[in-house]
Parts: sequence; structure tokens; C-alpha cells
Amino acid sequence: MSRKDRMSGNEAVAYAIRQVNPDVMPAFPITPSTEIPQLVSTYIANGEMDTEFIPVESEHSSMSAAVGAEAAGARSMTATSSCGLALMWEELLVAASNRLPVVLTLVNRTLSGPININCDHSDSMGARDTGWIQIYAENNQEAYDNFIQAFPIAEDERVHLPVMVCQDGFITSHAVQNILLEEDSDVKEFVGEYHPEEYLLNPGRPIAVGPYAVSNYSMEAKYNQEAAMIRSKEVIKEVAAKFREKFGRGFDLFEEYRCEDADYIMLIMGSASGCAKQAADELRQQGVKAGVLKLRVFRPFPAEEIASALSKCKAVAVMDRCESYNGHGGPLSCEVPAALFMNGINTKVINYVYGLAGRDFTVSNAAEVFGELKDAAGGGQNIRQCRYVGLRTREGQ
Amino acid sequence: MDSKNIEIRWHGRGGQGAKTAALLLADVCFKTGAYVQGFPEYGPERMGAPITAFNRISDKEIRVHSNIYNPDLVVVVDETLLSSVDVTSGLKEDGALIVNTDKEPDDIRPFLNGYAGSVYTVDARKISMDALGRYFPNSPMLAAAVAISHVMDKDDFIREMRASYEHKFAKKPEVIEGNMKALTETFAALGY
Repeated sequence: MSRKDRMSGNEAVAYAIRQVNPDVMPAFPITPSTEIPQLVSTYIANGEMDTEFIPVESEHSSMSAAVGAEAAGARSMTATSSCGLALMWEELLVAASNRLPVVLTLVNRTLSGPININCDHSDSMGARDTGWIQIYAENNQEAYDNFIQAFPIAEDERVHLPVMVCQDGFITSHAVQNILLEEDSDVKEFVGEYHPEEYLLNPGRPIAVGPYAVSNYSMEAKYNQEAAMIRSKEVIKEVAAKFREKFGRGFDLFEEYRCEDADYIMLIMGSASGCAKQAADELRQQGVKAGVLKLRVFRPFPAEEIASALSKCKAVAVMDRCESYNGHGGPLSCEVPAALFMNGINTKVINYVYGLAGRDFTVSNAAEVFGELKDAAGGGQNIRQCRYVGLRTREGQ
Repeated sequence: MDSKNIEIRWHGRGGQGAKTAALLLADVCFKTGAYVQGFPEYGPERMGAPITAFNRISDKEIRVHSNIYNPDLVVVVDETLLSSVDVTSGLKEDGALIVNTDKEPDDIRPFLNGYAGSVYTVDARKISMDALGRYFPNSPMLAAAVAISHVMDKDDFIREMRASYEHKFAKKPEVIEGNMKALTETFAALGY
């Protein structure tokens, strides 16, 4: 039975970690994810879980230790944010290329500079090509649910890839809200016991992990890694379906909110989706058919599915909570139009950047974007791209 | 003010417990079956710096995660903020402002940029010193927020706050009665 409770996103993830009780958790604290290892340490000290917690001296070490423990055959995870993820960068690639199903709970925070502790997606987006599956949460409930699903996805024999479970720093990590929590036994049953096929501490079957590979083999290894990423899409959907069956909630690759007959769709990730949905509801009361496509899974990128979902509307606003400094749009703003083009869909797209370094994104911000989308759909082809939402200085200066 | 769907903004200074008060309010309202949200806005974290915290309390699911710009109720935990922070910004005219001060509402109005709605004052320092012997403004201001907004039933609030204090102060039971007295004295002062 689900139990009604209230907690912050960080508390919810820590609660899920206690329920999963992974074998090893190395971690180094960094705002705004610090509470997660802190709460886990408390659970361990109170005898409520028996995870081997390793207080390391840096995030490079926390991911290194997670890699080592996972290779040895232990279910391993860590938590971090922002510069912590940046410092892990080298090891992120090691985890993925060695096909180690490490789970990382990431509390999204901007990267320097200016130095700032608030939310945007520049940390996880910086790691978008490291071979990790990435799943994003709208609220504390999804942070909890996604974390539980991460293990069966990562450890599936068709996948064997690490999973990054993301939630928005402070906006959900520090906001106390209602949540449904599941029984410990149900969560444990859903996640299952970890039985790796190959692992270092298996004397009967010695293996090497992470050896040098000459060019004759390296490219095939990388191809296999990509093939696993492609396969993971079906596994993510299967796990989501199983979760929905057992606990009665959740989405697979994305949530389509009032998209079925929508003329104008906002494609967005994370906590800002709620404001987008509220704006869509208000616009529909005025007769504007607005909808929201909330992307849950960013890696693997559901290109065909997104193209199909956006094929019938007049125009799409693609919202990046991240700047790529490339002069033509953030990560979603480049990948979504590519997905449309490659699938022969000619829907108009406007790219937006919003919410950098904790800049608030409101219902009225979302409504303004829908308004611009409506204007653009009726106009010509020369649409100004890379627009900023809520900027205090005039664009172009 | 619609007590079934209310937005509250708290202004305080780092260390005074405005964030704690917002989280506590979310906590006790949750226990009455409401949908709740309680969250702080973090700037540079330091003792004494102005901080803001927020509550949404509703009988419907809450999905908006932005700050609150048009609150129904504003609670000012430190009156020295009145000269530096526009505390009534966006405050609804049919809403209310509560200020922790030993002054009367009419003495406060000149600092409110022409806000014409209801203004209440609570002498949280005196209530806290009398009840606890120390100055913790958040319990009186929390009670004041409930008294003015009617966001939850008085008896439910008292019962849930006692349970909350008994849990929070399990190792310092001597402060429980003082905190409870601070709540009831605030209710009495506001005629709730």
C-alpha cells in the first residue's frame, strides 16, 4: 500500500536509497545534494540500512570508488551536483564504457560562473555525451519513482549502462511537498537482488575490467556501448510499465499533457513543466489549444517518438535550462529540430533558454512563450531563435 | 482570503527561523489532508541576510514550482526589513500583512508603499521572552499566520504543533510547554 507523506526531493531520494539499500555508496557533499549523503549516513548510523558508505575526499574519488565497487560486483551509487559532476567527468566515461550499472542521483545546479548554487541543467547537459542514461523529474514524487526505476534499467542484461537520475536543485530538492511512498518490501521486490553476470570478485571466472584496447577493438567496444544505449529505450519503457502496474503512476519516455489536439506545444524538462501545464490550462480556457511535452528521458534521446508526438501541431517551443554557447541553441534546441528533420516532420520550432542559475520560471513566463509561438505559427519563416525568457537586459546587447 | 487555496510569503533574516516556520506550516497543514508546498529561496547563505520562504496550501494538487509573486499573506519576521525590502510587493489587496513588532499597524503603514489591505502586528519578541525566556520569533509568527489566514482549524493546529514539538524537542522536553504557550499567547493577542 502507498503511504501519504510530505518531504523534500532530497529526503525522498534518501528514503528511496534506504529502501533499495545498495551495497556501496561513496559520496562527497556539495550543495544542493548534500542532504542526500547526510540523510543516508544517518540511516546507516541508526541501523536502518547497511550500505557501505565511503566518505571520500572528492567527487573524482566518489565516482572512482563507485566504479571500483560496481566492477567488483557490488550494487553502487553516489550523489552529486554541479562542480561535483564536472570533477567526476573522466570517471563518468569510465563507468559507462566499462558497462557498469552505477546509479547517480544528481541534484541539478548550474556550473560556474558566476559562482551560484541554484538550478539549471548545465551540469547534466555537460555530461550528455558520456554514455549515461539520463532521466529527469518534475517533482519530489518523480525523483523518488525514477530513482527506484534506475536500478532495474541499469542492471538489465540488455543495457548494462549507468543511470543519472536528475532533479532540480532547491526547486524540488528543498521544497517540501506531498508524496506517495511505497512499502520497503514492495520497493525491494521491484528493484530485485543484484546478480551481475561478470564481476571481479568471482574467483571461478576471472575477468579484466578497463584494460587498454587497440584500435582493432576500441571502435567495436564503442559501437556496442551505443547499441546498448539504443536497446535501453525499450527497457526504460518496460520498467516504467512494470512500475505503473505495481504502483499506479508514472510515464515512460515523456509525458504528453493535453497534446492530442494541441496547436502549440512546449517541450520542457524538470520542475518547470508544472508552470507550463498551468499556463496550457489557462490558455485552453481562452480557446488556445496549448499542450506540454515533458521529456523524462533525455538519454537515450527518443528522437522518433518526439518527432511523432510533434508531427500534428503548428509550432513547438523547445525549452533549454542550459546555454551551450554555440550561437544556435541549447542541447534540446539542437536535438529536437534534428529529430523532426530526420523524420521528415516540418513543424515550426522556436528555441528558448530559460531558468539559468535559478532564474525563476513562472506561469506567466510560460504563457508569454505560448503567445510568441502562436504569433510565429501565423507568420513567415524568419523566426528569431535562441530567445531568452525573463532576461532583465535587452537581448542583442 | 480563500483558506482552501492560499499562498504565503515569509520575509526574515538568516537564522530567525522563517524557513523553518514555512516548512512547519507545510507539515502541520499536510496532517489535515491538504496539499502543501513549503520552500525557501536561497541566496548567499549567512546569518542576518534577508531571506524569503514560501507556502502554497491547497485542496488541489500543487504543480507550480515558481516563487510566489502575488501572495494572499505576507509574514515579516523582522521589522528592520521594512526599510530595505518591498515586503508588500504583489500582495493582494484583499490579503493581509503580519509584522513582528511592538508597534501598532498604523505605525507600520507608512513603510508599506501605500498598501491598503489589512495589516496586523504581533509582538513576537515579548511573547517569546515571556513564554520561553529567549527570543525565537518563528513560533509566534507561525501561530499568527494561522490565526489570520484560517488555513487550518485552531484545535488541529495546536494538536499537531504539540506533536511536532514533542518530536523535534524529544531531547529538550523543557522547551515544549514554552513553545506551546507562545502559540496560544499569539492566538490570544490576535483574538483568534
